[in-house]
Amino acid sequence: MNPVTGVVAVTAVSMATIAIGAFGLKISRTTSDFYVASRSVGPVANASAIGGEYLSAASFLGVAGLVLARGADMLWYPVGWTAGYLVLLVFVAAPLRRSGAYTLPDFAQLRVESPLARRTASALVVLIGVLYLVPQFQGAGLTLRALTGAPIWVGAVTVAVVVLLIVASGGMRSITLVQAFQYWLKLVAMLFPLVFLLLAWRADAGRAAGRLDVAAWVEPLTGEHSVYLTYSLILATFLGTMGLPHVVVRFYTNRDGRAARRTTVAVLGLLSCFYVLPPVYGVLGRIYAFDLVGKGRTDSVVLELPQRMLGGTLGELCTALLAAGAFAAFLSTSSGLVVSIGGVLSQDLLSHRFEPVRAFRLASALGAVVTLGLTLGSTGLAVAHAVELAFAVAASTFCPLLLLGIWWRGLTASGAVAGLVTGGTLSAAAVGAAMAGVEPQGWNGALLAQPALVTVPAAFVAMIAGSLLTRSRLPAHLSSTMVRLHTPEHIDLDRGSYHPERRGTR
Amino acid sequence: MSTPGPPQRVRVTSPRTGVVDPRRVRSVRSEIDDQTQLGEVYMRSLMRTQLRLAFLVIGVLAATVGLLPVLFVLAPETRTTTVLGVPLPWLLLGLVVYPILVLLGWGYVRRAERNEQSFSDLVERR
Repeated sequence: MNPVTGVVAVTAVSMATIAIGAFGLKISRTTSDFYVASRSVGPVANASAIGGEYLSAASFLGVAGLVLARGADMLWYPVGWTAGYLVLLVFVAAPLRRSGAYTLPDFAQLRVESPLARRTASALVVLIGVLYLVPQFQGAGLTLRALTGAPIWVGAVTVAVVVLLIVASGGMRSITLVQAFQYWLKLVAMLFPLVFLLLAWRADAGRAAGRLDVAAWVEPLTGEHSVYLTYSLILATFLGTMGLPHVVVRFYTNRDGRAARRTTVAVLGLLSCFYVLPPVYGVLGRIYAFDLVGKGRTDSVVLELPQRMLGGTLGELCTALLAAGAFAAFLSTSSGLVVSIGGVLSQDLLSHRFEPVRAFRLASALGAVVTLGLTLGSTGLAVAHAVELAFAVAASTFCPLLLLGIWWRGLTASGAVAGLVTGGTLSAAAVGAAMAGVEPQGWNGALLAQPALVTVPAAFVAMIAGSLLTRSRLPAHLSSTMVRLHTPEHIDLDRGSYHPERRGTR
Repeated sequence: MSTPGPPQRVRVTSPRTGVVDPRRVRSVRSEIDDQTQLGEVYMRSLMRTQLRLAFLVIGVLAATVGLLPVLFVLAPETRTTTVLGVPLPWLLLGLVVYPILVLLGWGYVRRAERNEQSFSDLVERR
C-alpha cells in the first residue's frame, strides 16, 4: 500500500501532541494547577480525560487481535477493563479523592504513616508502569510496520522519543481537555471506518466464511483450563483498574468525592460505547484477514482491514484515521505512564541528588529507556495480554492496599508492606516468565499465563495476617484519616493535617 | 445618675427555635473530632452502610456477569444458541453486559449520595 497517508496521519498526531504539551508548559505545572482546573472541569470532560488516558494500544489494537485469534473467551478483556471501573467506583472513587492523595505512594503514606510502605508502593508504581509501557511501545512498532513495512524497533523508538519530548516540554497529563479530546478522537477513529467496513461486508452478500463456525473459536470455554483462565482474567481486570498509577492521578482533578463518583459513572458509559467496537473488527478479521493468525500478526488486524475490504482512496483514508487513533492511544497512555514513573522515581529516589525538575526529567528518561530495552528484548507477547499482566500485578498489590486501607481499620504498616511484597513478588515472577517466553505445559502454564486467581488472595492473606500480628501498632492518626476518607467534605470535621504538596507533615 | 430599679421585665412568648443551640451542634461534631466512643459509633455506622451498599452492587455484578462462565459450563446448549443470528455468548459479552455495568454504577451513586445525606443530616442536625 501507499504509506504516505498513514505516515502523514501519525506525524500530524505526534506533532499536535508535542505542540500542545509545549503550550501547556506555561499553563499547568504543579499539583496546585489540578486544584485550579478542578473548579472548571465537569464530570463529563473529566470522564473523557480518564477514557482518553485509559484506552491504550491494548484496547485499540490488541482486543481485535485476540478476538481474531482466539474467539469468544477474549471478549472478557474489554468487559473486565470496563467492569474494573465499577469496582473502583463502589470501593475506592470517593474515599481516594477525599484522601487528597495524588499518587498511590501518597495514599500509602497517608493511611499507614510509614516511609517503608511509601517506598514499597513507589517501587510497584515503577514496575506496573514499565509493564504497561512495554506493550504501548510494541503497539507503536506494529503500527508503523503495518503502514510502512519498517521493523518494529522504529515505531518503538519513535514513540519513546515523542513521549520524552512531551514530558520534557511540560507533561500533557495535566491538560485535562487534551486527554478528553483524545478519547473522542479514538472513538471516531474506531467508529467511522467500521461503518464502511460493515457496508462492504453487506455488499459482499454478508459473507460469513466457514471460519466463524469453528467450535473452538465461536464457543466460550473450549480450551484447556479455560474456566480457571477466564476467572483469573476476570479477577485481574476487575480488581486491577484501581491500582493503575496513571488512572489514580486523574481522580485528583475532581472537585470532591461526590464528583469523583459521578465522573466514574460517566467513564463507565464512555468505555462501554468504545468497547463494543473492537470485537467487531476481530470478527471481520476472521473473515477477511485470517492469514494474520498464521503469520502471528493478529495485533495488526484493525489496521489491515480497510485495505483488504475497501481498497482505493477510501481504504487509505480509513487506514490513516485508524493509525492516527492508534498513535493517539500510544501517546496519551504512554505519556501518562512516563509522567507517573518519572514523578515517583524523582520524588523517592533522585530528589536528594538533583533539583526537582532535573530529577523528574532524568527519571522519565530512565523509565522510557529501560522500557525500550525491555520492549526490544521481550518475545512479543500479544499486546492485550501483556497489558492484562500489568493489571494482574496491580490487582495483587494496590487493590488489597486500597480496599483494606479504606475499609478496614486494622491495616498496619507492616501488614501493608507484607502484602505488597508478597503479591508483587508472586505476580511479577509470573509476568517475568511470560515475557521471557517461558510456557510450561499443563497447570503451571495456566498459572503463569493468568496468575491473578492465586496471587490476589495471597496478597490479601499476607496483608491481613501481617496486620493482625502487629495489631498493637496502628497508625497514630488512624481515626482522623478514616474521617477524612469517608465523610462528605462539606461537614466541618478534623481530617488531620495531611496535604500531598507538603510531604513529611505526617 | 439614674436611680437603680428592678430590671425591666421581658416576656418570653415562644422558644427561640431559629437560634442554634451551641451545645447540641458542638456535641455531634466534637464527638467525632475528639474520637469519643460515640463519635466512633457514628463513623462506623457510616462506613458500614456504605460498605454494605458496595457489597450489594458487587454481589449483583457477581451473580449476573460473574456467573456467565458457570452458565456456559453447566448449560452447554447456551454456548450454541443464537439470538437474531448472533451466538448467545457473543451477544451477552459483546453487548448486553455494558448497560448492566452502567446501570449498576448509576444506581450505586444515587444510593451512596443518599447515605451521605443522612449522615450529614445526623451530624449537622440542630
